[in-house]
Amino acid sequence: MSVARTPLAERVRWAIHDGFVLTRRNLIRYRRIPTLLVFSTVQPVMFVLLFRYVFGGAITDLPPGAEAYVNFLMPGIFVQTAIFGATQTGIGLAEDLTSGIIDRFRSLPTARSAVLAGRTTADLLRNLFVVLLMTGVGYLVGFRFQEGPILAALAIGLAVLVGFAFSWVSATIGLAIGELESVQAASFVWIFPLTFASSAFVPIEGMPWWLQAFARNNPVTIWANTMRAFTLGETYVRAIGETMGGLVLRSGLWIAAILAAAVPLAIRIYRRT
Amino acid sequence: MSVIEVEGLRKSFGEVVALDGVDLEVAEGTVFGLLGPNGAGKTTTVRILTTLLHPDAGLARVAGYDVVREAEALRHVIGLAGQAAAIDPNLTGRENLEMVGRLYHLSPTEARRRAGEVLERFDLAEAADRPARTYSGGMRRRLDLGASLVGRPRVLFLDEPTTGLDPRSRLELWDVIRELVREGTTLLLTTQYLEEADRLADVIAVVDRGRVIARGTADELKARVGGEVLAVRVSDRSRVPEAAGAILGLGPGGGKVDNNTGEITIPVGGDGTRLLVEAVRRLDAEGIELADISLRRPTLDDVFLALTGHAAEEAPTPPNGTRRRRRSP
Repeated sequence: MSVARTPLAERVRWAIHDGFVLTRRNLIRYRRIPTLLVFSTVQPVMFVLLFRYVFGGAITDLPPGAEAYVNFLMPGIFVQTAIFGATQTGIGLAEDLTSGIIDRFRSLPTARSAVLAGRTTADLLRNLFVVLLMTGVGYLVGFRFQEGPILAALAIGLAVLVGFAFSWVSATIGLAIGELESVQAASFVWIFPLTFASSAFVPIEGMPWWLQAFARNNPVTIWANTMRAFTLGETYVRAIGETMGGLVLRSGLWIAAILAAAVPLAIRIYRRT
Repeated sequence: MSVIEVEGLRKSFGEVVALDGVDLEVAEGTVFGLLGPNGAGKTTTVRILTTLLHPDAGLARVAGYDVVREAEALRHVIGLAGQAAAIDPNLTGRENLEMVGRLYHLSPTEARRRAGEVLERFDLAEAADRPARTYSGGMRRRLDLGASLVGRPRVLFLDEPTTGLDPRSRLELWDVIRELVREGTTLLLTTQYLEEADRLADVIAVVDRGRVIARGTADELKARVGGEVLAVRVSDRSRVPEAAGAILGLGPGGGKVDNNTGEITIPVGGDGTRLLVEAVRRLDAEGIELADISLRRPTLDDVFLALTGHAAEEAPTPPNGTRRRRRSP
């Protein structure tokens, strides 16, 4: 009936096909339970409003180009939201492991990569939706992209890409732990320090020196600054002593490094489970 | 011709030996029952045969494919329904089946056609376009079983297909399974319900602690108990131990007490009538009142006792999903 070895092109074609089938499966969930989507947007929107109005008045001394706090804040919140959203990947996989449906997928002649690809792609699309919605909310409270539609699109693309990379980190955690509550708890252990000890919400100059040392090298800082480069432009980039090219390069390298570490690890754990 | 051949299969999880040299042979078109208590190694065997787990040692071929080296080809010709209903509750019944069809690499049209067939056959057509989370337990199991058939497998594996179902749904599912088998699918089924193996399987292998300790037809296994079984129930549950003490020594090989029902059973060989009278006499002498006493043909429960010296635990199984299968033996 079937041959033991299928040619590579054929295998790639089926891997894409299977990934697509499972992406669709994961997205149907949001159509069936629209409240899921509502709740995954409530928190980011709340963050936008709280930070904008609670901290907005207190935070002065912003770099040139980002004088209005909302313009400083939104790029940071995009990155933070994308990373928070990525924790859903691990939670979804842990759910699937517990329910037994992953056993079914693994007993089918389905590409080994499809379960992970389908989950991370669906989460990428959900993250894109959330970021777009937040942009809308941001516009209502005074945020504006300063640098035109192309750089605006790049900013949104970067946020979604960061989320995608962290989806694989989250997948690794979800598959390794496998138990829903523990996965949820484990996600927040690293996610809060990572996103808050950065330039996402406030300039790092106000932090104690030891925290500055961490925050300066935190990739979240680099991504947030790169997003600001896309949304605020050259004035801001010069004010923080960076160059557009340097920021973009470092952002890309970080994303590539995270993917290069997390993707093979997640796949290895998936094969083992 | 054997469609499943297993030789010397071994698997350990850390210190725990799940399979300690299992040998099996299943003829094409038959129903093979793997019978044993929780933790006997039934699920581990199924997981190895369906390519979900690699054995530590031993050989296993299903439909001519080696389960390790030719896993990819094998997956095209098997179907699996595990203990938990492995369906997506947010998808409708139809979407679940079509998804599985697509993952078997059927064309969209073919997947849709087969999903329709399966829904008709499993009496789910009316609920087809409702999310599966609205289904009853019995419907979910039928959908799960249906999903394992979308690929028209040559060999079907059902791991405890009726665990957790109410008696009516169980009977319905048995009917469905019997019908499947009439069409020539080879079926390997695990169960801890002795009655289930008796009703469905042509050949039964009894497993205990990672080994096959007996195999044969239900009748052959029953014959190994030898003759009849004396079953005694006393009116006052608190006096069960006393009653057991008085009569357990009667049979040639002892007997057992079921702690759930308080029933005492003793294999009695061909000497049933005399021993029945003797049991009544002894209990009377102790002043223990009888609720029921009878001689009956042995059940597979009695077989298990005769083979292992301990009862097949028919402890209530936890509800679906709470039993984590991933790392458990």
